Amino acid sequence: MEIRRFLADICETHGISGYEHNVSALVRAALCRYADEVRQDKMGNVAFYKRGEGEEGKRPRILLSAHMDEIGLMVTKIEEGGFLRFAPVGGIDPRTIVGQEVILFGREAMPGVIGAKPPHLTSEEDREKGHEMETLYIDLALPEQKVRKLVAPGDLAMIKRESLALAGNTFAAKALDDRAGVAVMLCCLRGLEKMRHNADVFAVATVQEEVGVRGATVSAYGIVPDIGIAIDVTHGDMPGVPEHETSQLGKGPAICLGPNIHPKVGAELLRLAKEHRIPHQTEVSPGPTGTDARAIQVTRGGIPAALVSIPLRYMHTSVELADLEDIKQAGRLLAYFIATVDTAFVEGLKCY
Amino acid sequence: MIDLIKKLSEAFGPAGREEETARLIRREVEQYVDETFTDVLGNLYAVRKGAGAKIMVAAHMDEIGVIVTFIEEKGFLRFSNVGGVSPFVLLGQRVVFADGTTGTVAMEKLDDIKKLAFDKMYIDIGASSREEASTRVKVGDMAVYQSQVSEAGNRIIGKAMDDRAGCVILIKALQELKNTNNTVYAVFTTQEEVGLRGARTASYRIDPDVALALDVTLVGDTPEPLYPMDVTLGRGPAIKVKDTSVICHPRLKGALVELAEKNNIPYQLEVLVAGGTDAGSIHLSREGVPSGVISVPCRHIHTPGEMIDLLDLENAVRLLVAFLEEPVDLEKIFPCQAG
Amino acid sequence: MLLRRLAEAPGVSGDEGEVRAILREEVEGRAEEIFCDAMGNLYARKGKGKKPRVMLVAHMDEVGLIVTGYEKSGLLRIDKVGGIDNRVLISKPVVVGKDRVPGVIGAKAIHLQKPAERKKAIPLENIFVDIGARSQDEAEKMAKPGDYVSFTAKTVDIGDNCLCGKAFDDRAGCAVLVDVLKEDYDLELTAVFTVQEEVGLRGAGVAAYTVQPDLALVVESTSASDVAGTKEQGHVTKLGGGPAITLMDSSYIAPQTMVNFLVKIAEKLAVPYQFRHLATASTDAGRISQSLEGIMTGVISVPCRYIHSPACIISQEDWHNTVRLVKGVLNAIAEGGLPT
Repeated sequence: MEIRRFLADICETHGISGYEHNVSALVRAALCRYADEVRQDKMGNVAFYKRGEGEEGKRPRILLSAHMDEIGLMVTKIEEGGFLRFAPVGGIDPRTIVGQEVILFGREAMPGVIGAKPPHLTSEEDREKGHEMETLYIDLALPEQKVRKLVAPGDLAMIKRESLALAGNTFAAKALDDRAGVAVMLCCLRGLEKMRHNADVFAVATVQEEVGVRGATVSAYGIVPDIGIAIDVTHGDMPGVPEHETSQLGKGPAICLGPNIHPKVGAELLRLAKEHRIPHQTEVSPGPTGTDARAIQVTRGGIPAALVSIPLRYMHTSVELADLEDIKQAGRLLAYFIATVDTAFVEGLKCY
Repeated sequence: MIDLIKKLSEAFGPAGREEETARLIRREVEQYVDETFTDVLGNLYAVRKGAGAKIMVAAHMDEIGVIVTFIEEKGFLRFSNVGGVSPFVLLGQRVVFADGTTGTVAMEKLDDIKKLAFDKMYIDIGASSREEASTRVKVGDMAVYQSQVSEAGNRIIGKAMDDRAGCVILIKALQELKNTNNTVYAVFTTQEEVGLRGARTASYRIDPDVALALDVTLVGDTPEPLYPMDVTLGRGPAIKVKDTSVICHPRLKGALVELAEKNNIPYQLEVLVAGGTDAGSIHLSREGVPSGVISVPCRHIHTPGEMIDLLDLENAVRLLVAFLEEPVDLEKIFPCQAG
Repeated sequence: MLLRRLAEAPGVSGDEGEVRAILREEVEGRAEEIFCDAMGNLYARKGKGKKPRVMLVAHMDEVGLIVTGYEKSGLLRIDKVGGIDNRVLISKPVVVGKDRVPGVIGAKAIHLQKPAERKKAIPLENIFVDIGARSQDEAEKMAKPGDYVSFTAKTVDIGDNCLCGKAFDDRAGCAVLVDVLKEDYDLELTAVFTVQEEVGLRGAGVAAYTVQPDLALVVESTSASDVAGTKEQGHVTKLGGGPAITLMDSSYIAPQTMVNFLVKIAEKLAVPYQFRHLATASTDAGRISQSLEGIMTGVISVPCRYIHSPACIISQEDWHNTVRLVKGVLNAIAEGGLPT
């Protein structure tokens, strides 16, 4: 399947943290053909296991971790009149959801809009301020009685948004954070089909990253890898944000450096990118990153971690924008990395 | 039930100093279980052995409080908070130490009450010198609200309903539990109020197949509540969907709803915008533990006048007993699809 | 004195290599087993197989900076690693990267600042490291994004038997552990020099998982705020008041048995001690005590003025008393078992 098509499918699907089963099924269908075994753990993380050629019992174990959950909304209360109050699942800027069409997953999927007082009824002063989550509501345009039959606290809603192919290789969709990372895993597994690798690969589509890197915490504990690489998104360049705080779209994946990253794994990724002329950038995180790598590194007796990120504009909106070429290049880079890792490299990671 | 609530609510047990509460609970459950023991963090375990699934049920024993950090020359005590204490709620309250020493909480002169903070406050135990104070209180001693339980119709007012109410449910369930094939690990946990700590090590130790936490939750039925939410005092135990610490396992949540409906137990669904509970630690233990929460609606949480409804408590016991007596088909509820 | 050398070595969180190398050399011959884990924690073990199993912990890392990019002028952009007050950064010499390229952190001269500007702390986006490069090209050859930046400061004698320098938090603890390892105890002892404490207690949980001890003792440095302008209740600890025992902080509550145990030993050995009069901040004990099935953990700290700055002050007497107390704890456990 073409990457653009795959991304469109998984991004348009519902997969809010804790309720990833729909997107999980699509990911599974697309990635399982590259895996020798697929296993889902009790939390919903799906691991695609691809066996390496190394000697049994001595093969390095490499974990790739990209989260498939997305941010969304959860109903907290049904107000008089049938209007629905909600809370965010993950980090949502309430200013980005006013006037959005949503799909509410009650007893059935229903269309709704996010309403707020219209400008005519608000003061100049009010309009200067952004909306707050508590003042917004979902309007299903149904009578209260009917709403009460169809909806209960805890039901989820997501912004309705179709993906868009834009100029060049750019692509806009909701949930590219971090379905772009899932697409990187697909590219990587495909690449590995044509390569030889000693190491066992565990490509894991994780759950509940947006609510606190929870899926990766248990997934890494279960898999016990020798190396764990998180694949996530990072802020893309845009006006109003200093250049040094962003990565550029189309200039390749960003390789993270800092305490969360094992120095030898970070260096090896950089070396391989240069060797294979893969466009890349560096980004620096002065502490634990807000990605699966945060959990992986401190799992059990410590796991060498790394982070490869896709530059992404407008993070946590419904029009997240990335460059498909960055995704493909990240996949290439990781495939080369996996093909290079041997037992000696892994042993070296504990030599300080 | 009221006697038990009264006894536990009035017991001393700030986070990290839960021994007295644990002692009282142990006495209540000992004869109904196969084994009781404690661990390094002070968690109390009560185990009913069976051949079926390993179910952990956690209710935390600890409450919020204060800790003495310094004794002034004139005998006043400086302190810091243990857990989520509001300085505004604390001001003017009486607090009591483990040995019964009582003090009142006062503040220094302040030009703006908004600036009220713990470092501007002190506890006065009526001592007139450091020497005198030191005979009654040491640096590091903790105190809790002094608050007697009152009955208000079918409702109960008192301190530490968070989470002695959960402890009461668990004790009652152990006492009423008849036939179960499951192994039930009832854990009365410690240090929940300072970061879900006891539950973390307890779940690692037990490594359960399924877990439930019992705790209190906010309500939306008071004037201008903190957050819009549909939980109302007296309308039944709340089955949690999500809070800041956990997204309850959808199938486990579903199983609880089904059980409540089957047994005609009133229930509510809870989405808590701010706050966490022991399930937050438990579900991330080892390779992950499917976890759910039964909550008791509670007004005025973290004040000396926390209010719960007796009927909610009774219905929570019924729901918990029903859950524990039901066989848990792990493969059906939590399929780990391989292929 | 080892502490002087340890404190002078750069060792920002994630870049503890130089400190680790010194410690490895120092513990060589004093432990039966020396190894590292994947995060870089250094372990030195003796008495393997004996009971009980005790872990001593001190963190190697210090707060510092990391290079994030360049200005066209050749200045380096930086971010903070761990908790540093921006106001401490100004007007300090530093070293950058593996090659320890020297640099300085400057600031706009006071003459050029408007009166209102002078009253405010300088924000991080206006703070740079200057390595003397004349252009971005030149800077790129000397330093790279991801390079760590450390304060440089010699450890010097000051006042009445005190030391002044950087990074006593927690090289003072590291030096205590090395000293303690000189003697033998009838138990299994693992000294762990942890990484990345300052960025969120990252190394300690991993260490606890690796060692699986019956008891852990964290040897830290903690604020001494017994200075002008602070009332006595805000002192936290007093310089020269002896090792401080932690009762509670944001990450950990000391079990009463542990507090009683430490106090009893201090009193028996006539080691002056104090309680830490503050219930916030956090140490490796937070992670360790909550690891596995729960680990009995205690915290003893060397009081340190101006912590997280390049000019800290500690009392040598406090340090020696900390060594005595830690040795006393180990001997007490060897003789009488774990505290109950």
